[in-house]
Amino acid sequence: MTTVVAQAEPVLRVDHVSKAYPGSPPTVALSDVSLDVREGELLAIVGPSGSGKSTLLGIMGTLDRPTSGRVLVHGSDTTTLDDAALSGLRSVAIGFVFQQFYLLDGLTAWENVAQGLLYRGVPSAERRRRSVEALERVGLGHRLAHRPGQLSGGERQRVAIARAVVGAPAIVLADEPTGSLDSAAGAEILQLIRELNRGGTTVALITHSEPVARAASRQVRLLDGRVTRDDAGGDAEIAAAASAPTADVEDEAGAPSARPGTP
Amino acid sequence: MSPRSHLARSDALALGFLGLRMRRVRTILSALGIAIGIASIVGVMGISSSSRADLLAQLDRLGTNLLTVAPGDKFGGGDVSLSPDAMGMIGRIPIVDVVAATGTVSGFTVRRSPFIPVFQGGGIGVRAADPALLAAVDGHLASGRFLNAAVAGYPVAVLGATAAAHLGIATAGGAQVWIADRPFVVLGILDAVPLAPDIDRSALVGWSVAAGQLGFDGHPTTIYVRADKERVATVHAILARTVDPQHPDRVLVSRPSDALAARAAANDAFTYLLIALGLVALLVAGVGIVNVMLIAVLERRTEIGLRRALGATRPHIAVQFLGEALLLSAIGGAAGCTFGALLTAVVAVVNGWRVELPPWLLLVGLGAAMLVGAVSGAYPAARASRLPPMDALRSA
Repeated sequence: MTTVVAQAEPVLRVDHVSKAYPGSPPTVALSDVSLDVREGELLAIVGPSGSGKSTLLGIMGTLDRPTSGRVLVHGSDTTTLDDAALSGLRSVAIGFVFQQFYLLDGLTAWENVAQGLLYRGVPSAERRRRSVEALERVGLGHRLAHRPGQLSGGERQRVAIARAVVGAPAIVLADEPTGSLDSAAGAEILQLIRELNRGGTTVALITHSEPVARAASRQVRLLDGRVTRDDAGGDAEIAAAASAPTADVEDEAGAPSARPGTP
Repeated sequence: MSPRSHLARSDALALGFLGLRMRRVRTILSALGIAIGIASIVGVMGISSSSRADLLAQLDRLGTNLLTVAPGDKFGGGDVSLSPDAMGMIGRIPIVDVVAATGTVSGFTVRRSPFIPVFQGGGIGVRAADPALLAAVDGHLASGRFLNAAVAGYPVAVLGATAAAHLGIATAGGAQVWIADRPFVVLGILDAVPLAPDIDRSALVGWSVAAGQLGFDGHPTTIYVRADKERVATVHAILARTVDPQHPDRVLVSRPSDALAARAAANDAFTYLLIALGLVALLVAGVGIVNVMLIAVLERRTEIGLRRALGATRPHIAVQFLGEALLLSAIGGAAGCTFGALLTAVVAVVNGWRVELPPWLLLVGLGAAMLVGAVSGAYPAARASRLPPMDALRSA
């Protein structure tokens, strides 16, 4: 549905990223993952549990650092930045939506949304105005002063989405946004995410569910820490050429930084 | 391009309040710990400074220039008493303002009526006294008049405050007491004399009545000397030699105001002990805050992760938790200062002291509370800020 300008600089580029957790042998969560997210895109990263989706989300969101490889936001390398600079980057460029919403119980809906602007030095009156606006955008204009305990699961996730988009970030990372919801509420949330995307928001949706992934215009398949298929073209051939995943896992344990897809 | 996270100071403060608001009972309990510690310190210091101010005011009112001369210890059973000439000799010291003597008239009791048996006299002593005594001890009459030269030869008596209360005589007008089966008209009743409590328990009679009718030997027992304010030490040094040049060691010179000063000093020692106990209470409260804050950090791992995802830096997280600890202890400190001040006021009023609560004491109380909060909050805040964001988010 969205026309993608292929040659534009990606909003977020994952460049040959590997992630291994210390141990003997080290646990390899991601192995040489490369991925571009282009402006205005709605992308699903789909894979079964244990495929490294959440690790990839953390690295894409600069909440975690890769063992090797780079993550670029608007073309700038984030792996060389210190913690304070990464925090600054997150405050303006990246919005998060989580499966469990992570709303603060003591705050009303609009106050929760306003937390999304708290670390950007936006004056409180302005925070309030923009939070109310964001809640209206997600269809919760009538629930501004309700606390999370007074909202349904779907409504809570709407509040969390409003919090993610209130600062107009370059990209929204949504980790299983429908995972805690019943199917009706889940469908509504997916509908909302598509609407936001049509409005210009770049979204990367992380999910284990095929039907959810189909809501996106592009699917990147992840298995055992590798990209096995990317519908965006270009990379897909390399991914398709990858050998059987079980064999790969054996290789990774010994040489985590080994490049996959040897021709 | 390097956007920086920014958290306004007022927002940081609001975050601290938010954390406390969300766990009210725990907040109140841990603030109470701080409050108890601060209240005990402020209360103890306030009470001690009020009582001290009262003692010092008393000292100031009574003067520290009163000296008393009394016969020293008896050696080898010999009866040491002051010479009847002692008064005159002291009076010749130029830097002595007032001299007056009392002499104990032994063997008599003071009774309200002749029908009361002698052995129920009640321990009120009879003393011969100079008319100048009132000025020397800075005494005041509650009623009637003091002895003077005109009545020194008549059977009249002035009662000390305790003696009058004991005999049940409230005013001087027309009352009589019986000394050695003779009626004495009560000429006056004294207020309490803090620097010479012996006088309070006495019936004072004229020197010549004592000698003529009660067999008094004319030897003074206590001589009260008001010295020049600036030269008290000099007078103190020469009094004994003046009274008895041959045996100055048989003369006891003392300064009654020293007893009051010693009481103030003794109060201090006790105060330090109580303050030490208050500090222990504060220490325990501090450990309590560490505990509560560590639990808060554990419980709020996902909040920490979320805030990091929203752009909070490590210092922002630290400031939030430190702010909570500081607010907690400030609330406790303010409550403690209030309790302590109230305690001081109540104790001061009950004892009839002026409330002496220096403002710096309240500032110190609040400051001590905040210091405890800062120290106790530092470790939990550091733990919270060092939590890796992904670990924090995954702990749900």
